[in-house]
Amino acid sequence: MLKFDHVSKRYEGGDAILDINFHLQPGEMVFLTGHSGAGKSTVLKLAAAIEQPTHGQIQLDGQNLSKLTEAQIPYLRRKMGLIFQDYKLLQDRTVFDNVALPMIVAGYSYQDIAKRVRAALDKVALLGKEHKYPHALSGGEQQRVGIARAVVNKPALILADEPTGNLDPELSTEIMRLFTQFTQVGVTILIATHDIDLINRMGQRVIKLHQGRLVKE
Amino acid sequence: MVKDKAPLPKKTGVHGVTMQPGLNSKLHAYLDAHAHALFSSLGRLTRAPAAFMMTVLVLAISMALSSSFYLMVKNFQQLTGNVEATNQISVFLKATVTAAKASALQEQLKLDPLVESVQLITPEQALAEFTANSGYGEAVNTLEQNPLPTVLLVLPKNALEDERGVQTLQSQLESLPEVDLAKSELQWVKRLRAIISLAKRTVFLLSLLFGFAVLLIIGNTIRLELQSRREEVQITQLVGATHAFIRRPFLYTGFWLGFLASIAAWFIVTVFLLFLRQPVQQLSEQYTGQFNLVFLDYAETLSLIGIASALGVLGAWWVLSSQLQALKPV
Ligand SMILES: Nc1ncnc2c1ncn2[C@@H]1O[C@H](COP(=O)(O)OP(=O)(O)O)[C@@H](O)[C@H]1O
Ligand SMILES: [Mg+2]
Repeated sequence: MLKFDHVSKRYEGGDAILDINFHLQPGEMVFLTGHSGAGKSTVLKLAAAIEQPTHGQIQLDGQNLSKLTEAQIPYLRRKMGLIFQDYKLLQDRTVFDNVALPMIVAGYSYQDIAKRVRAALDKVALLGKEHKYPHALSGGEQQRVGIARAVVNKPALILADEPTGNLDPELSTEIMRLFTQFTQVGVTILIATHDIDLINRMGQRVIKLHQGRLVKE
Repeated sequence: MVKDKAPLPKKTGVHGVTMQPGLNSKLHAYLDAHAHALFSSLGRLTRAPAAFMMTVLVLAISMALSSSFYLMVKNFQQLTGNVEATNQISVFLKATVTAAKASALQEQLKLDPLVESVQLITPEQALAEFTANSGYGEAVNTLEQNPLPTVLLVLPKNALEDERGVQTLQSQLESLPEVDLAKSELQWVKRLRAIISLAKRTVFLLSLLFGFAVLLIIGNTIRLELQSRREEVQITQLVGATHAFIRRPFLYTGFWLGFLASIAAWFIVTVFLLFLRQPVQQLSEQYTGQFNLVFLDYAETLSLIGIASALGVLGAWWVLSSQLQALKPV
């Protein structure tokens, strides 16, 4: 589903990641771990075509990302759900509108959208808050809005950057259970986190980065 | 607007259902999205009413100025319109020429191949007309003798096409012993025409300039709007929005600015003209009374609105095409 082949990314300050190789199978749930600055976010940005690799190839669902044209990228993004460390919610839109955004962008009708948005909000236990604005929510609630937005489109791949960073252990477990459900229907999930407890509890495949290099699978 | 198309092969979703919405519902959603962008962009504009009003007014003033210049020329042009028919040579006869001699001359001139027709105006007719039309009737009555000469109005053949012919005729007429003065009106018609074509060209250039100003103002407004919504644009791109989708609300914003400003400009121009109407009427009565103030007609009003709206969309498009690339998410 997602394959990194000798991928490096160099910023002006130096190499963020160096010669990374891994391959995720459909339906797999994988944790990407390492200290702050190890390159976890960079891996996710490369996979989402937000950044371009300096070296190497990235294959997503049989597509070489470096061969994509600018116009193809939106359609690639519609196949994935992105969860960001800083949530990236629209502050002047309600929870409902935020979660609906990927579906509006993809051109779904309002009926479809309303149904799916409610279902997604239900899954992250936010059904009562759909008319609230993000600033009226706690960090954990905003995080869950971001998660609902990532799953509303039924993506084939979920890329999550510290999705449980602001959640208490119970909620984290809830979200992980949700992700596990997704993997059962074939969704591939890559989760960047430094929450060792969570990783140990889940007992899934782990990719460990250290200073931009892959140190342990 | 660029229609969404799917360059990636359609994938069947992991849940066994198609991930793409159906064509019919997609079309509906597309129209919905347009309607939504149309009204939400207006709503967004009115959320900052002061800035919005100011922008629209600046635009409206630019448009009103160029429309006013246009109308000025159009009104002025009416004058030549009335003049074209009187493209004749006025031949003033010497005071010594008797009435009989004058009509003999009239008959003689009618035979000239360069002449279309000749009209004789006796001093009595001229005085009567002057008394009736000038408003100086009282003063005229105190005159002891008629000061007006006999006049032959000679209409040349092909007066408008054949300027040389008219000039030849004019000098011929002037050299006749009975003639005191032969005055062609063509000279000042020509001048007036030249002035009007100059004015028209000036109006055209000014309109280009004002149009460019409108483009810049709208472009700048859109640029600021784009900057203040930078994050929204980036997030929307991250969840799979095409450039067409991102552009849409901004293009509608440009449309609204141009459209509303043109309506405001129309009101400004109309109010202007209403103020001018009465003095123009009075002035006109002093002369022939044939001059009427003309307003923008339907076609002109529609073109004002159409051009302004198009400039709005164009200004927005212009900024978007240069700025959207810089707004890629990071
Ligand atoms: N846009 C950027 N420009 C320059 N350096 C960057 C940029 N993004 C990340 N980096 C650097 O790349 C390295 C890896 O960063 P990141 O992938 O964010 O790590 P992590 O998510 O594991 O904390 C860090 O040293 C960071 O400073
Ligand atoms: Mg990070």
